[in-house]
Amino acid sequence: MSRLATVRAVVTILALAAGIVLMYFAPHSDRIGYIKGSQLGVYFIAILGLNIVTGYTGQISLGHGAFMAIGGYTTAILVSEHGVRDLWTIPIAALVAGAFGFVVGVPALRLSGLYLALATFGLALAMPAILSWDKLDAVTKGGHEIQLFNSPHLIGKGFEDVHFLGRTLPFNHAVYYLTWGIALVLLVVAWLILRGAPGRAFRAVRDSELAATSSGVHVATYKALAFAISAAYAGIAGSLFVIALAFADPQSFPATLSLTLLVGAAVAGLGSLWGVLAGAAFVQFLPDFAVHISKAQGVPDTVYGAALILIVLLLPTGVAGGLRRAVSPLTTRLYTRSQSQ
Amino acid sequence: MTEFLQQVVAGLASGSIYALLALAIVIIYRSTGVVNFAQGEMATFTTFIAWTLVDHGVGYWGAFALTLVIAFVGGIALERTIIRPVEGGPVITTVILTIGLFILLGGLSNWIWKAEVRAFPPDRPFPTSAWEIGGVAVSKQDAGILAITVVLVVALYALFQFTKLGLALRASALNPTASRLVGIRVGWMLALGWGLAAALGAVAGLFTAAASPPLDPNMMRPVLIYALAAAVLGGLESPIGAIIGGLTIGVVLNLVVTYDTHVHLDLDRMRIPIAFLAILIVLLVRPSGLLGRSAVRRV
Amino acid sequence: MAPLLELTNVEARYGPVQALHGITLSVGEGEVVAVLGGNGAGKTTTLRAVSGLVSASGEVRFAGDRITGASTERVARAGIAHVPEGRGLFSELSVHENLRLGAFLRRNGFDESYERVRAHFPWLEDRRDQQAGTLSGGEQQMLAIARALMARPRLMLLDEPSLGLAPLVVREIFRILGELNEKEGLAVLVVEQNAKLALRSSSRAYVLEVGRVALEGPSSELAENESVRKAYLGY
Repeated sequence: MSRLATVRAVVTILALAAGIVLMYFAPHSDRIGYIKGSQLGVYFIAILGLNIVTGYTGQISLGHGAFMAIGGYTTAILVSEHGVRDLWTIPIAALVAGAFGFVVGVPALRLSGLYLALATFGLALAMPAILSWDKLDAVTKGGHEIQLFNSPHLIGKGFEDVHFLGRTLPFNHAVYYLTWGIALVLLVVAWLILRGAPGRAFRAVRDSELAATSSGVHVATYKALAFAISAAYAGIAGSLFVIALAFADPQSFPATLSLTLLVGAAVAGLGSLWGVLAGAAFVQFLPDFAVHISKAQGVPDTVYGAALILIVLLLPTGVAGGLRRAVSPLTTRLYTRSQSQ
Repeated sequence: MTEFLQQVVAGLASGSIYALLALAIVIIYRSTGVVNFAQGEMATFTTFIAWTLVDHGVGYWGAFALTLVIAFVGGIALERTIIRPVEGGPVITTVILTIGLFILLGGLSNWIWKAEVRAFPPDRPFPTSAWEIGGVAVSKQDAGILAITVVLVVALYALFQFTKLGLALRASALNPTASRLVGIRVGWMLALGWGLAAALGAVAGLFTAAASPPLDPNMMRPVLIYALAAAVLGGLESPIGAIIGGLTIGVVLNLVVTYDTHVHLDLDRMRIPIAFLAILIVLLVRPSGLLGRSAVRRV
Repeated sequence: MAPLLELTNVEARYGPVQALHGITLSVGEGEVVAVLGGNGAGKTTTLRAVSGLVSASGEVRFAGDRITGASTERVARAGIAHVPEGRGLFSELSVHENLRLGAFLRRNGFDESYERVRAHFPWLEDRRDQQAGTLSGGEQQMLAIARALMARPRLMLLDEPSLGLAPLVVREIFRILGELNEKEGLAVLVVEQNAKLALRSSSRAYVLEVGRVALEGPSSELAENESVRKAYLGY
């Protein structure tokens, strides 16, 4: 392996290790705590999903909040109405959200330009109405709150201690570790798809459009597949969200959630993996800071919007780009030194 | 039958609001390839400005006209300050900017004016009575909305087809480089497009407030979706398509909700999902829309 | 007398690739100057550098004024009409609308310009409502030149007018150019792959190679030059 690749690998592993340590100790701080920490993990997974789409297809999704809702409601209905153990609902939520993602992605991604953004925007704005439609009672309870508290199928029934590997954890802790454990796995998967060896074939299809079409492969299908995967991510995030809250209702998944996620992705650096934590943290903690400006409604949105505009104008590559710029002199120096040796 | 015609007419009136907003979206799209997702929130913001004017004693129609001017200038200013730095870059960057504007303006409207219940306009600008034409009741408000829309569309058409400025606007949208080579300041043409779009949006906002009180900060969200569906249906680059699309969607939505009383699917609250479905269907069946010309297909 | 157009050490790049490595050339008032060279020599880039379509460093002067780095619109306003590669027509608009756009900078002078242009291209009147994109190649090229003339420029930049056109049509185009130059003193800087024709129609020429001026001089001399003959004239 070349010197540069070695350096990169070492840095990555160190960062991951630091991340794991941070993950373990973070909730002990007053500011963060286990509940907010879980929420942070939820945003992390959802934004990761968003960046998979942008990283693979170069287009943006304005509807990932809707996929979160789909995943969240899948979990809620399965646990409360059908007695499914909550952990098993997570992969199901992923599949359901992914399926919907595929359905939306197929028509939109074979077209150039903004059609994915348009379609997903429509989905985001349509979702609250769909969730409240009483004809869909069976899956949404017509917009009424779905309570999971006290359900025997939920970890710790939503409030009790959980027994795991011989240790006893409070509910909040259990959810926290569950969320971040899954987040880490999903991060690795995302990396494999976007940059790793297994993803190379996946990416080859995307890049060699001419060769691919002449051999009968539909590039658009692969793109839709990537979109489905990213929707599945959002579905998992929604599922974990509902598990942590122990209930689901349409207000938890407002139309603007999708846009907030996009702000997080932009802060992270669109299509990047490195900055996702910063993006999630930005989205998570901004309302807390916005309250200092004014308690009026509409203030957080004003700050989100201004932040997004400023990022696009001033720091378009987001935190990831900033990191890259900061780190690159170091890696370049090491690289060139190895060249002259 | 009269019921049907009545609903068609009412649908045309609401459809003309969607058509105006769709037209605004198309004007910007044609010249830059960007869909301005903030078009609805810009309209809301300007409508609130109109409310503030009326609240301070300006007459309704005076405020209406003044708001159009403010919107026009505001649109130009927005383009020159926020959009211009990323002009020439990838379209997606500008689109994300418009999303930022969407969020920002939505937040500002909520913050500045708060979600109080307001009737706007405080007294009806249009008489509340209706005309009877062949047994069909046409409310004067609907007729007024339709009439003003027609006037605006004709005026725009005249601007684009018969004036030197209109020719320059069209040229800048078709071929910016060639336009520069003949000396057109393409950047300012784009700004003008934004100004016109903002003014059209302002009208849509004012009509929406008049047609469905009370005035609330989220009122244009559904209208935006209907307008996007209309623009996609008509073909994103076609102004005529936007108008036809808007009217069609207005009529169809109205008819669907009316006939829902027979099928009891509670479709009144499902209008946005229906519009979303329409978008998806157009993308599946005929992505360039009814009147769109370019091949949007790419693998 | 100072030249009308003067390029001094102009460099230009497309991203990381440098296309011009210091071009120095000039066009005098009422002169026809040709720019020759193979593919990738930088001929088109030179014209684009004058028009501000590519960012350039060095010095570009027109009628004494510095126009390096000026916007394309400003260059047009200064009195330079550029007929680019691909003709730069508005294919969806009519012939008439294209001509109107050509006269965009002239406040009220459409009719006057039109009269003069029509004298050189009489057929334009018959086709005034035809969509420009539906014209034949030769007609489009002539329309592009006509449109450039509508602005009453002092200098015309012409990029490969003969590209894709039949020899008869090409000859006609160059004949008209000659007329324009003689009768109205229009200065022309023409980029051409068809070296023989270009040298015959111009008084001076430059030969570019890999972004630099390799040869320059009176066209008649260059036509006799051995390396020019071998490389570009085929004998």
